[in-house]
Amino acid sequence: MVENVVTLAIIVAQIMAIVGPLLLAVAYTTWAERKVIGAMQLRQGPMTVGPWGLLQPIADGAKLFLKETVIPSGANKVVFIAAPMITFVLALIGWAVIPFAEGWVIADINVGILYLLAVSSLGVYGVVMAGWASNSRYAFLGAMRSSAQMISYEIAIGLIIINVLITAGSLNLTEIVLAQQSVWYIIPHFPMFIVFIAAILAETNRHPFDLPEDESSLVTGYNVEYSSMAFALFFLGEYANMILMSAIAVILFLGGWLPPIDIAPFNWIPGPIWFILKICAVLFIFFWARATLPRYRYDQLMRLGWKVFLPFSLLWVVLTSGVLLAFDML
Amino acid sequence: MTVALAVFYLLAGITIASGVMVISARNPVHSVLFMILAFFNSAGLFVLAGAEFLAMVLIVVYVGAVAVLFLFVVMMLDIDVVAMRQGFMKYLPVGALVGLVLLIELFLVFGTLRIADAPIAASVPTPEGVTNTEALGAVLYTEYFFAFQLAGIILLVAIIGAITLTLRDRGPIKRQNISEQVHRDRTKSVRMRRVEPGRGL
Amino acid sequence: MATTIDRAAKTFLLQELVSGFWLTFRYMFKKKYTLNYPYEKGPLSPRFRGEHALRRYPNGEERCIACKLCEAICPAQAITIESEPRPDGSRRTTRYDIDMTKCIYCGFCEEACPVDAIVEGPNFEFAAYTREELFYDKEKLLANGERWETEIAANLAADAPYR
Repeated sequence: MVENVVTLAIIVAQIMAIVGPLLLAVAYTTWAERKVIGAMQLRQGPMTVGPWGLLQPIADGAKLFLKETVIPSGANKVVFIAAPMITFVLALIGWAVIPFAEGWVIADINVGILYLLAVSSLGVYGVVMAGWASNSRYAFLGAMRSSAQMISYEIAIGLIIINVLITAGSLNLTEIVLAQQSVWYIIPHFPMFIVFIAAILAETNRHPFDLPEDESSLVTGYNVEYSSMAFALFFLGEYANMILMSAIAVILFLGGWLPPIDIAPFNWIPGPIWFILKICAVLFIFFWARATLPRYRYDQLMRLGWKVFLPFSLLWVVLTSGVLLAFDML
Repeated sequence: MTVALAVFYLLAGITIASGVMVISARNPVHSVLFMILAFFNSAGLFVLAGAEFLAMVLIVVYVGAVAVLFLFVVMMLDIDVVAMRQGFMKYLPVGALVGLVLLIELFLVFGTLRIADAPIAASVPTPEGVTNTEALGAVLYTEYFFAFQLAGIILLVAIIGAITLTLRDRGPIKRQNISEQVHRDRTKSVRMRRVEPGRGL
Repeated sequence: MATTIDRAAKTFLLQELVSGFWLTFRYMFKKKYTLNYPYEKGPLSPRFRGEHALRRYPNGEERCIACKLCEAICPAQAITIESEPRPDGSRRTTRYDIDMTKCIYCGFCEEACPVDAIVEGPNFEFAAYTREELFYDKEKLLANGERWETEIAANLAADAPYR
């Protein structure tokens, strides 16, 4: 009994150790995004709250926290309130299997990558439930777009992951990272890395694929009826999902916590630092794409997913398995 | 062991309760959401039984894709619940019969398992030291290879069938050729002409 | 054939994406155009037409002689003036109101003024919470004149050669 309690306490402590910094990271991701996009548009970004606007995310959070929660009278109350919670929780539970360094992981399960795929495929429910429960046209259209988009791009993501899996020969995330000790998979699978980045942009409903929250045609889409903390949960969930997806990209293609070259100045820096730096680099691509690319039209988005990414990644699976078989590296 | 047992009863209880809610909920969207909850808890039961690969595939395929399409359709359809309730008594005997047959079959399956007196552990496919995924793959690609390929072919035929059924020629409509648009440059779209004053082209 | 290869290369090397991303990346390191507004401000022309002010002569006598030219020319009819002779015989205003919610900041009043009494100063930060605060009376305008005299005088001097 005592051991059980101790184990439970350790697990809770581990979860807290990840969730706490993660929420802070989410807050500062919004700040970094505003700064980066501001710089690219020759603006300054937030500057007023704190030095260089560093306290801006905290001010934003406090503002949302103090607002009144409005539940539309036509809304389905239980689903309406559950939807943002689902989004937020799903964005957090994915971190259970993310290895920050060798052994630095809460649950080192054998099917880690499948778990992540499952969690990301569940993400659509928060959006769909929000859109449906709001009882609003805009929200519903956003939810419809989102579900079609996320399913389409999930298939491409699945095929890309298969490429990495057959190269690494494992579903365990730690083993996938360790398999990249000689060469990161971004080098042999570079086209897949590009497709993966585009697909995770679509999966997290980010620009240029942010049709579910398209301001110009859907106001803000699925979260149009949300206010206060419920809205904040959607917002946090979206950014936590971005960080999670970046972490997956880092693990699959950029060698996780491994330093770029395993020689003196690089391997002095501990693994988790490398991991975080790489996540920041992928997040920068998210912001960069937002500042650069205009929004896709919906039929173009579907065309890209089904007629470009899907056949291309399928072809790459055939190619990878062929090469691996031919050189007997399977 | 008691913790595992408690978790088992919790998951199984929620599964059954949400199964009941699927058929008794008034709102069809709620039914689908309860079905998803049932899938989710079944996945939990799989994990508890040591079949983590099956659990993840259940979530990815059923919850992540199939149920989303279900939800999609149910949300789009404006289902008249009252009209559906009207035929309830008429179809009740047929439904009850199907349910009864399924129940008997289930009893038979579990009965034979019990009667055969074989240890349940023998039916667990995972040998020691091999992960769940590897064990499944080893069986699927050797012993059941033909059935596996057949299932694949059937799915492919179903996909092609669905596409041919829904694909229709909508006559002469202007389509977007993205590659053509992207590679349009100045030489193709602008022509420089000298226009004499007072004459026009 | 060559164009086909060229086009295929452009498509598969994502030439347009790369050039677009490169452009935004280069812009990230350029000098920013925006100012950190409340702490930094852009330059203002000496002719800038901001908040109104009534000026005084250096000896403290108010300039306005109640000629009502500004009231007459004001296209928005924002100015209201009443006048009476003072005990010393000079004509002065007893009332000089500007309704700042009507004013269109055309600057005709300062053009019309023969004694440079009413001017539009360089201040543009006079937003208020209520409309009432924007109905300026003589006292407020004279106070503005005292507050901004240095800047107003400098601006008038700088613009004088072109008048």
